Amino acid sequence: MNAARAPLIGRSVERKEDHRFLTGVGQYTDDIVLPGQSYGFFLRSPHAHARIRSIDAGAARGAPGVLAIFTGEDLAGIGGLPCGWLIKSVDGTPMKEPKHPVLAEGKVRHVGEQVALVVAESAAQAKAAAALIEVDYEILPAVVETAAAAASGTAVHDLAADNVCYTWSIGDEGAVTAAFARAAHVTTLRLVNNRLIPNALEPRAANAAHSPGDDSYTLYVTSQNPHVERLLMTAFVLGIPEHKMRVVAPDVGGGFGSKIYLYAEETALVWASKRVGRPIKWTAERSESFLTDAHGRDHVSTAELALDAQGHFLALRVHTTANMGAYLSTFASCIPTILYATLLAGQYATPHIYCTVQAVFTNTTPVDAYRGAGRPEATYLLERIVERAARELRIDPVELRRRNFIRKFPHATPVGLTYDTGDYDATLSRVIDLADVAGYAARKQASAAKGLLRGLGYSCYIEACGLAPSNIAGALGARAGLFEAAEVRVHPTGKVTVFTGSHSHGQGHETTFAQVVADRLGLSLEDVDIQHGDTGKVLFGMGTYGSRSLAVGGSAIVKALDKIISKGKKIAAHLLEASDADVEFEHGEFRIAGTDRKKAFAEIALAAYVPHNYPLGTLEPGLNENAFYDPTNFTYPAGSYVCEVEVDPLTGKVRVDRFSASDDFGNVINPMIVEGQVQGGIAQGIGQALLEGCRYNEDGQLLTGSFTDYALPRADDMPALAIELAPGTPCTHNPLGAKGCGEAGAIGTPPAVINAVLDALAPLGVTDIDMPATPHRVWEAIRRHAR
Amino acid sequence: MSAMAYHRPSSLAEAAKLAAGDPDARILAGGQSILPSMKLGLLAPSAFIDLAALGELRGIRADRKSVTVGAMTTHAAVAASPEVMAAIPSLAKLAAGIGDPQVRNRGTIGGSLANSDPAADYPAAVLALNATIRTNRRALPADGFFKGLFETALAPGEIITAVEFPVPNTASYVKFPQPASRFALVGVFVAQTSTGVRVAVTGAGPCAFRVKVLEDALARRYAPQACEGISLPSGDLNTDIHASAEYRAHLIPVLAQRALA
Repeated sequence: MNAARAPLIGRSVERKEDHRFLTGVGQYTDDIVLPGQSYGFFLRSPHAHARIRSIDAGAARGAPGVLAIFTGEDLAGIGGLPCGWLIKSVDGTPMKEPKHPVLAEGKVRHVGEQVALVVAESAAQAKAAAALIEVDYEILPAVVETAAAAASGTAVHDLAADNVCYTWSIGDEGAVTAAFARAAHVTTLRLVNNRLIPNALEPRAANAAHSPGDDSYTLYVTSQNPHVERLLMTAFVLGIPEHKMRVVAPDVGGGFGSKIYLYAEETALVWASKRVGRPIKWTAERSESFLTDAHGRDHVSTAELALDAQGHFLALRVHTTANMGAYLSTFASCIPTILYATLLAGQYATPHIYCTVQAVFTNTTPVDAYRGAGRPEATYLLERIVERAARELRIDPVELRRRNFIRKFPHATPVGLTYDTGDYDATLSRVIDLADVAGYAARKQASAAKGLLRGLGYSCYIEACGLAPSNIAGALGARAGLFEAAEVRVHPTGKVTVFTGSHSHGQGHETTFAQVVADRLGLSLEDVDIQHGDTGKVLFGMGTYGSRSLAVGGSAIVKALDKIISKGKKIAAHLLEASDADVEFEHGEFRIAGTDRKKAFAEIALAAYVPHNYPLGTLEPGLNENAFYDPTNFTYPAGSYVCEVEVDPLTGKVRVDRFSASDDFGNVINPMIVEGQVQGGIAQGIGQALLEGCRYNEDGQLLTGSFTDYALPRADDMPALAIELAPGTPCTHNPLGAKGCGEAGAIGTPPAVINAVLDALAPLGVTDIDMPATPHRVWEAIRRHAR
Repeated sequence: MSAMAYHRPSSLAEAAKLAAGDPDARILAGGQSILPSMKLGLLAPSAFIDLAALGELRGIRADRKSVTVGAMTTHAAVAASPEVMAAIPSLAKLAAGIGDPQVRNRGTIGGSLANSDPAADYPAAVLALNATIRTNRRALPADGFFKGLFETALAPGEIITAVEFPVPNTASYVKFPQPASRFALVGVFVAQTSTGVRVAVTGAGPCAFRVKVLEDALARRYAPQACEGISLPSGDLNTDIHASAEYRAHLIPVLAQRALA
């Protein structure tokens, strides 16, 4: 076949999936209309905290087109939405897990909580009828502020009177205390990691149908992990036998974490579809997305860094309060613990770290993983305090970082992780070149001539990706495995369909995975199709999040390919009358070593399905293999970013002028796709640093409930980016050497931007600013110091 | 959305009659404020009186002394008009900076002025250029037209037909956008007109207003430096999650200075 064609791996081939997206023939959940389709609308709470005295749906039931109305009373018999990760408090007690009802039961606990489901012939009729439902609320005081929740005196849930879900810690407190006692310098920092609202381009949607013939269900839903959705919904909430439900996540327009979770809406639709006897569809309006998609971040932290006289880090002590919102979302509990505090070593050989995390309930939208999930919070805290320490000690920030970099691998951190590989000096050196730091002084002068303040900020991030070794995750409280599954189906003609448990909602898996498969089997890209997102097709899957798809899902595919090749060798050995051990496979050909006797891959496939000349006594026909891959360690992508900003001191406006990134993702399959992931991540990072800030008022009303008040980054907020994928240090423990790239930009960017802003403002005496650094906030910081 | 009537009158007289007959009806121009408000459930008019068929309300006429813009003229048409660009380039630039392309191709000057959104751009131009607002009943001076939050001197059922802008000696508009909506957090229009220097501000108060201190300073010396050191009271200005009244007060002379730079 392609005896010596150039490898596809490492090439920026165009995305196979883009043709259907760009020509408008993608199939999203809202595009699907089922026979007998009906529509659901959720009546939502206008109050952050209230007791439901009564619900009168009488008038609504008689409204035109209404098929059914359900409230919490109707669903009281079924379970609450589960949390997938058990965190234990310092005293050994399990986290508080109040019921997360599918429809509110007795109380509402955040604005937007679903109170009733109206099913009607049309979406407009359902919405109109919902307006006729009369709910008598007794309004209760709302708990809103993260830092004040534990002392608020009002309980969001009866079983957590002080609103504390858990108080967790990691690290050796005694060793940290001792290290601080001998420190030459201690740098302290209090900071807020601002709450973000995800806003995927496609709002959440679901369409649920019940089939009375076999009492089974089909759910189309905007999900990043349809198998997990099915397992949680059937086994933990509705009690439907798992094999009686098919979950399809078709084309999905972005997730960023917000579509990982099992939400109330699709659960209610599935339950109601049997009662109504019609398929029910619901698509969120953008206002509902703001109110009900799980939010991200929302930490308040204090940090102290102990250094010796030479600027070596001795110890880090952190206390974080993390807002869970009103209920525990699917993975909420592990974000500010397992995915946060374990990353507090960063790229540094800090010998002792101790972190406590208090998770609190508030009358706000549930908070869960959002692009980066815990790791941006850790990186922001660490890179802010390192930069502050450098300034206080008058050590160049690059020099201070280099003085503390980890250089020997594997490296066991004091917070539970073992980094397998990395080269932090290399990415930092590279980004300094890319950013033309040498020319910075001249640019600063040029800005000053225009009356503008220029600043430069660094960020050296690390993340733990490739979630996750199931045994380690299990020991840390995970209630699920974190492997990935794959099936490679070779057809009789030698064409290949791969079924993966990963899910693509923008990442380009249909291309990247096909590149891997085509190279391994010596096929062309067109001969390989990647299928994902359907529990009726794909054997199993844990889904896509935490930059895991290639490292874990791709590795599962490679494992299945190895089985295909191994079986193919046996078939070839039979056909070529040789021993299995003498057969080699390369460039799509099975060949007897050292000879020109060979069989093409397609010939072997045909023999497997037309087994006329085949070792039927020792080998099954067919060429189809499954594999499950469970990683032995996390992967550790790392990199260095440099941001340069210009601040207008009269208006407080920050303009990102230059942004440079050097990322080590290990081996890269498709550089174009990876660079796109980094670009998107940087945009979201700039968004968090300068623009995006979710705000509630003291009554728990969302003040930033639309794009009128919630600022997402736009094209003209972005500088030209200089992104370079470092030659990289391949991951040592997965077959692709891949580490993951999806979250890096969102993790590494915010501290680079804020460090640059603070560098610009330093001459004015400003030493601190919280995100988002809006013009108003920057101006206020300047004014405070001018007084 | 509930059921409502829709009228598309073919004459101004018919439109006025329809408006007089139904106090809960709303006049529909470009619909770029009223439709989003209805979608959010903030408004539920009994009827629309759509002015789209009234061709005489559309178009731009200019001579050496003035530019007259028909009430139903879109922002995009003003932005692209060679007459406006030649006579009052700052007005064309202002129109080009309203909203987004969709808004500019539907939204109209008459609709914007009748709505008197506190952060709309056109009111600043109307005030600073000392424009005259023509209606189906009378001619209204710019001063006194903007009464408050979404409130104007228009009588119920009164319909704007055109806006006449005297050509200034020189004029400039600077908008500092609210980060999310990109409406004017503060917008300042500075003009040197035949009746003197006029400085109008939008985004900062309940409606557009003039700033006498700046006008006086600029009358003495029409240069950026004249705005330095001027500080304005913040008492009547808006405070919201994007900016305090103090910040808005601070921005007014800063932007005025930049308008002249």
